[in-house]
Amino acid sequence: MALTTEEVNKIAYLARLGIDEQDVDSYAKELSGILNLVEQMSSVNTEQVTPMAHPMDQVQRLRVDEVTEGDQRALFQAQAPDVEAGLYLVPKVID
Amino acid sequence: MHNQTIAELAKGLQAGEFSSQELTTAHLARIKQHSGLNCFITVTEVEALAQAKIADQLISDGKAGPLTGIPLAHKDIFCTQGIKTSCGSKMLDNFQAPYNATVIERFNQAGAVTLGKLNMDEFAMGSSNETSFFGPVKNPWDHSAVPGGSSGGSACAVAARLAVGATGTDTGGSIRQPAAFCGITGLKPTYGRVSRYGMIAFASSLDQGGPMTRTVEDAALMLQTMAGFDSRDSTSVDKPVPDYSTGLNDSLAGLKIGLPKEFFGDNLNTQMAQVVEEAIAEYTRLGAEVVEVSMPNINLSIPAYYIIAPAECSANLSRFDGVRYGHRCEAPEDLNDLYIRSRGEGFGSEVKRRILIGTYALSTGYYDAYYLQAQKIRRLISDDFKKVLSEVDVLMGPVTPTPAFGLGEKTGDPIEMYLSDMYTIAVNLAGLPALSIPAGFVDQKPVGLQIIGNYFDEARLLNVAHRFQQETDWHQQAPAGIE
Repeated sequence: MALTTEEVNKIAYLARLGIDEQDVDSYAKELSGILNLVEQMSSVNTEQVTPMAHPMDQVQRLRVDEVTEGDQRALFQAQAPDVEAGLYLVPKVID
Repeated sequence: MHNQTIAELAKGLQAGEFSSQELTTAHLARIKQHSGLNCFITVTEVEALAQAKIADQLISDGKAGPLTGIPLAHKDIFCTQGIKTSCGSKMLDNFQAPYNATVIERFNQAGAVTLGKLNMDEFAMGSSNETSFFGPVKNPWDHSAVPGGSSGGSACAVAARLAVGATGTDTGGSIRQPAAFCGITGLKPTYGRVSRYGMIAFASSLDQGGPMTRTVEDAALMLQTMAGFDSRDSTSVDKPVPDYSTGLNDSLAGLKIGLPKEFFGDNLNTQMAQVVEEAIAEYTRLGAEVVEVSMPNINLSIPAYYIIAPAECSANLSRFDGVRYGHRCEAPEDLNDLYIRSRGEGFGSEVKRRILIGTYALSTGYYDAYYLQAQKIRRLISDDFKKVLSEVDVLMGPVTPTPAFGLGEKTGDPIEMYLSDMYTIAVNLAGLPALSIPAGFVDQKPVGLQIIGNYFDEARLLNVAHRFQQETDWHQQAPAGIE
């Protein structure tokens, strides 16, 4: 399994992850190497096997529907790069 | 003072032989003296001395517990309120956690002192501590070698006697492998035993925090504080926590040890094999019975892990988007540019590789072939463990195929690096507890013995490991220049 540079660029865009143009080739090579490493899984017959998502096979715990967390907006927004009137600011999305 | 264990220091503190402020000051001085090891990302001198002062008051009021006044340090993956929590990344270089992780909260309540935050591979992705934005950590036994990773700063700090104990996290071996490389004790508890709340997530179905100490006795004391149900972690297991110290000296007569033959194949360096075999011989002298077992699917651990862990990481790390906290790029043109550049600038190359692999494995058309198949193989590996652990009490084997490798030796080849975790990864896939204890040396570098137990059987693991430390002195050796 070999990934092309176009595929690497596409995956990077899906992940919204900037990668330097000059590094795309080496990412393609390294990611292809990792895919080759995991390739040995395909030779195993797992038709009857139930996938295991989690070691404890737990179900989500339920709790009483009541407020347990107070409002800490100001505290959390103190970390934010850009806020105004309690809102996180990002570049304009709609013209 | 710095050569004493938690258990010994607690006695000294309570007998008034020295104060926590003296003990803390001495450790802060050692941290400065050995700053070249690059163990710490942040040293919290002011806070540590304030905690020590409170601890001294608790001790004189007769309200001290076994960790009161003991100087510890925490992997920089645990959120610490008002203190930089970087996770080894440029992405969080400017992040001061607004709350404490449950593990930190528990140590604070126990009156322990936090000396600072320890270096680590970026977002815990690495086996050598070389992916850290804050530079590599040196192995205290050989400054040209890696300390292991991702909890490399934790292992180095404990081995170099800069902290009496430290926390680490283990997603694929990140407590056990650095513990082995640095000659200390490291325990990865059962998944769900220690709360993950406030522990920055890498792969949520694999991550587990645990103690890193010089002795097993100390690991038991730290685990006692760390373990237990936490309603803030939805995967925390609501099961009583036993007393981990009471059974440490129990006899091992009749203990059944399984040796997975797959752990002793061609990949294992012959000198390493010899050290491990000698350690196991010590157990037969203690009355244990040794049998060979087989886990036919364990060789698929690395392939399954390198789909599952990146898949979970690509989802978990999507929260770092430059909007609410963490690194934001300069002058974004639009929202996509903000995401792409903030993440591109904030993450290092190993983190990027794993996000890319995970994104690919989860994308349309590839999900079944990669992610689903990896989850099925995970089941096969877990079933292998269930079968052998119904026949024996514990499994033993090496932690790593070689002793600590050189700084820079494997950075050019990610797969070479991944293979260094071949003996540790399966345990995380199954969610089992396992520990590493010092068992000897190869080329003057420490070698670890891995002991794997059944779910929630930490007390037995600690007992088995403690008895070994009663018979051997590998864990008491100190690197040159550290005494």
